[in-house]
Amino acid sequence: MDKLYPSAEEAIADIENGAVIAIPGFFAAGVPRILLRALIAKGIRNLTLACGCGPLVGAAEERELLVKNKQIKKLIDSYPFFRSASKGMQDPFEQAVRTGEIELEIYPMGTLAEKYRAAGAGIAAFYTPTGVGSIVEEKIISNNSSSQAIKKETRIFNSKKHVLEYALKTDFAFVHAYKGDRQGNLQYRKTARNFNHVMAMAAKVTIAEVENLVEPGEIDPDSVHTPGIYVQRVIKVPRLTYAIGID
Amino acid sequence: MSKRFEGLSREMIALRASREIKDDEYVNLGIGIPTLISNWIEGRDIMLQSEIGMLKTGPLAVGEDIDQDLINASCQPVTEPPGASYFDIFESFSMIRGGHIDVAVMGALQVNEKGDYAGWNNPVRGLGDLGSVGGSMDLCAGAKRLIITMEHTTVDSQPKILRELTYPATTRGKVKLIVTDLAVIEVNPEGLLLKEIYPGLTPEDIQSVTEAKLIIAPDLKEIEL
Repeated sequence: MDKLYPSAEEAIADIENGAVIAIPGFFAAGVPRILLRALIAKGIRNLTLACGCGPLVGAAEERELLVKNKQIKKLIDSYPFFRSASKGMQDPFEQAVRTGEIELEIYPMGTLAEKYRAAGAGIAAFYTPTGVGSIVEEKIISNNSSSQAIKKETRIFNSKKHVLEYALKTDFAFVHAYKGDRQGNLQYRKTARNFNHVMAMAAKVTIAEVENLVEPGEIDPDSVHTPGIYVQRVIKVPRLTYAIGID
Repeated sequence: MSKRFEGLSREMIALRASREIKDDEYVNLGIGIPTLISNWIEGRDIMLQSEIGMLKTGPLAVGEDIDQDLINASCQPVTEPPGASYFDIFESFSMIRGGHIDVAVMGALQVNEKGDYAGWNNPVRGLGDLGSVGGSMDLCAGAKRLIITMEHTTVDSQPKILRELTYPATTRGKVKLIVTDLAVIEVNPEGLLLKEIYPGLTPEDIQSVTEAKLIIAPDLKEIEL
């Protein structure tokens, strides 16, 4: 079994306009920057980018290009905005959200994590206590009126209210790993792991960019974080250095 | 109401809040003043959980210790002390939602006398329903104790401790303690109990910058650092 592709460009060649792509990363850490840059170069549009915690706040340059190229139709995230309100006002992404040009959907971070995990684990929906007492228990948080109109279901378990949330399956996932082999086994490094594993589980086709391509067996089998069954394509990428910190 | 009193610095609010955390507790610190608490608990047996996927998060990293793959949930480089562990995001939120975190300390835009608080969506930004919720609602759902640290009033001297929230709620009825630059206030079923005040201020001073009615504790004292 050989899942190795020669380049990011070839690994994403069959992604078309309108695709739903999971983008892991927690602010600056664990973002699949090389695959994102290939997506920018490819120029396809109408994309739904399903995130976890602000990977495009961390990879702000990539986000600026995606917005400038008008590639994003919809973004799903828990932390999509710059912390600074004044930086936000200048931010082309935030402006596109304000005008409705980009549709934005917000979920609590733990709910998002579970939506991806559930999609990969064959669970259609789940009840969570997160969001009870806020508008999250009432409706989908969105700037799109038809999404806003969807009322959420709640139910009492053990005398506590819970909200029904649905699994989130994606067409593709781009993941970033520290080590990987041609069979798709992956290992992440420190806090760069974050959403990478659950998103690999949630996608029909998972494409992994790996900093270190190793032979099968070189990752200790006890230390494989994502078993190869969840990964369809692997590319070798350089280890980039980037600024840590967010505006 | 547009009075303003000088009180504790952000660092000193964090120091006062750090006294509320006991040894052997698992603690999650939110962005802002709560994160500063980590400067005051070095050497104590307290385990910080960072929702990015790390347990026993160490002090901030500087110089050669900075590693771009090792950040906390506020996107600051941190260090890895002996006994630390890493895990993925669903494991991290299993800990949070599953009731394994003893204390969450969060910042807030508004708190009310029932223990509701607002922190994720500032209507001043003009984004309607949209805001950066992050992991705040999961922490509210799962942490055993919720402490709020914040400035007592807004930058334009408006009260933040209110009878009713006017901003979108993060959670309802979960806040147990409020630590501000001017006061330490306990949230009780009877209302807000003023327990400590900044030296030189009177309970009337605190009430004058607080919309919600304060109950004065019989053993009211100056804030102890």
